[in-house]
Amino acid sequence: MDLFLSQALNGLVYGILLFLLAAGLSMIFGLLGVVNLAHGSFFMLGAFIGLSVMQITGSFWLAMLLAPIPVGLVAAAIEMFFLRRLYRRDRLDQVLLTFGFSFIFTDLVETVWGRDVLAIDEPPSLQNSIEFLGGFYPSYRLALLGFGLLVAFVLWRIVEHTRAGAMVRAGVDDPASAMGIGLNVPLLLTSTFALGGALAGLAGVVAGPILGVYSGLDIEVLIPAFIVVVVGGLGSLKGAFFGSLLIGMTDTLGRAYLPDMAMFLTYLMLIAVLLFRPAGLFGIAQPQ
Amino acid sequence: MSASSPTTWAGRARSADPVAYLQYPALAVLLAWPFLFSTYNTGLLTEILIFAIAAMSLDLLMGYGGLVSFGQAAFFGLGAYTTVILSVSFGMSPWTGWAAGVVVSAAAAAVIGFLCIRLKGVGFFMLTLAFAQLLFSAALKWRSLTGGSDGIGGMQRPALAGFRLDDPATMYFVALGAFLLSLVLLRLVVGSQYGHALVGIRDNEVRMRALGYRANAVKLIAFTVSGLFAGFSGGLYAIFNGFVSPDAMAFGLSGTILLMVVLGGAGSLVGPAIGAAVFLLVKQIASSYTEHWLSIVGIIFVACVMFFRSGIYGLLLRLGRRGS
Repeated sequence: MDLFLSQALNGLVYGILLFLLAAGLSMIFGLLGVVNLAHGSFFMLGAFIGLSVMQITGSFWLAMLLAPIPVGLVAAAIEMFFLRRLYRRDRLDQVLLTFGFSFIFTDLVETVWGRDVLAIDEPPSLQNSIEFLGGFYPSYRLALLGFGLLVAFVLWRIVEHTRAGAMVRAGVDDPASAMGIGLNVPLLLTSTFALGGALAGLAGVVAGPILGVYSGLDIEVLIPAFIVVVVGGLGSLKGAFFGSLLIGMTDTLGRAYLPDMAMFLTYLMLIAVLLFRPAGLFGIAQPQ
Repeated sequence: MSASSPTTWAGRARSADPVAYLQYPALAVLLAWPFLFSTYNTGLLTEILIFAIAAMSLDLLMGYGGLVSFGQAAFFGLGAYTTVILSVSFGMSPWTGWAAGVVVSAAAAAVIGFLCIRLKGVGFFMLTLAFAQLLFSAALKWRSLTGGSDGIGGMQRPALAGFRLDDPATMYFVALGAFLLSLVLLRLVVGSQYGHALVGIRDNEVRMRALGYRANAVKLIAFTVSGLFAGFSGGLYAIFNGFVSPDAMAFGLSGTILLMVVLGGAGSLVGPAIGAAVFLLVKQIASSYTEHWLSIVGIIFVACVMFFRSGIYGLLLRLGRRGS
């Protein structure tokens, strides 16, 4: 396959992975106003739990199905027992709280799984390369791309076309009025945080064959995901989607063609957006 | 205390400060330390003093200016890199390197601050993080200058007026001097008219603007001074270690410095210094007994954010008031 084409596909795959992480991060910010520094930890936790499920059952699919559940429950517990008490305080308190939790999760995974770099194997049916666009490309990555697009479509349908989604949008736009017309906002907040966490956990599992599974993975993915949500626009699903693809492509193509500059490109993009379009490319300006 | 000001990292008036009585006994202990304890403990205390400067530098910005930065390591690292690069690669004296490091950090803080202070709250926080990551990438990628991920080592500790800093006690006294100098200077800053303007802008920017204060200029000065002291501590850390690596600029270090400030109590200068001491002591002691020191730090941190918003210093204040 043409080098450029395969790099572009790699960029899309990385972008789609970022989207699974950034979608939750962005919705959590939009609805709860929380910059969740533990979101990378949810990703890492999902990856490790998925690894264990795979070792026990031997099934990648079961890992994908089961690992997000405990991660979602942990996220729900953090929201219900900790974050909820801080909503009346400065938003930065919530940031700091989630930062504290990220320490605890790092210790947790190092205690249970150790500090080695581990990996999740692709499911046996997806370990080959298939012919695609006049060349060969790993089938797992293609499947991942398809899966990510499917998740994006389902999320979009939920947010834009269901009653639950309408509640989430109402909560993002104006939490006080949403509460005033009788929406159960606390339940909405817990569910969003839990679903965002579960999605991050799922992302950790499906990223396992590509990124590996290790302590420190949390920061590794958290910072690009932040860049995505800021560039795309905090609180916007569309922003998270296009932001992910943009950052995924920029980073991957940058590494391939401008290896010395690659690390700077995404940060420069972030700085430019923050300075000239603080609401992000797809965001609506929010009062601070 | 947190209940009285729920929306900002509140400062406190120093006049009603029972902890102030403790500062002279504390100073006496610090002066006598190397004569009383082993070299190992002296080394640990030297490190505490160095990080106390870094924590106080962030406190100026965060506690007094209400600007929570997640990029303090950028300026700490700039100070450290400048010191090591000038002395190892260019053969200058580490003292010159240190002084240059302070200047470089302050200059970088002035430029970065100029852009960052346009945003507030979470935006400010993210932008400082972005700049810190940019500098971190530069430290990692500009191998010919920085040595990449290996960093640069092999710096000899310099001599000072006949005393060699190889001696742990001498190194300690240099760090103590630097710490006291920083504390005194930063206290002068926050106690001055300028300091009051900074706190005023933190609490009510609109009103301060209406009174004729140029809020952005006040914030930019705070950012620059904060970067200056962060660079000052970074350069000293490089002299202490004889070594610098990208860790000195990493996300983790910015977080650690932030943690020290929250732990000790923002808006008090002394509090973050205590926070630095407690953090490094907990790390030291806990890591020799258990592998779970990260959890211990995390739990203490969560507890501070949830229940003791004014940190250890606030706790001491309350105990002191109850006692008197």
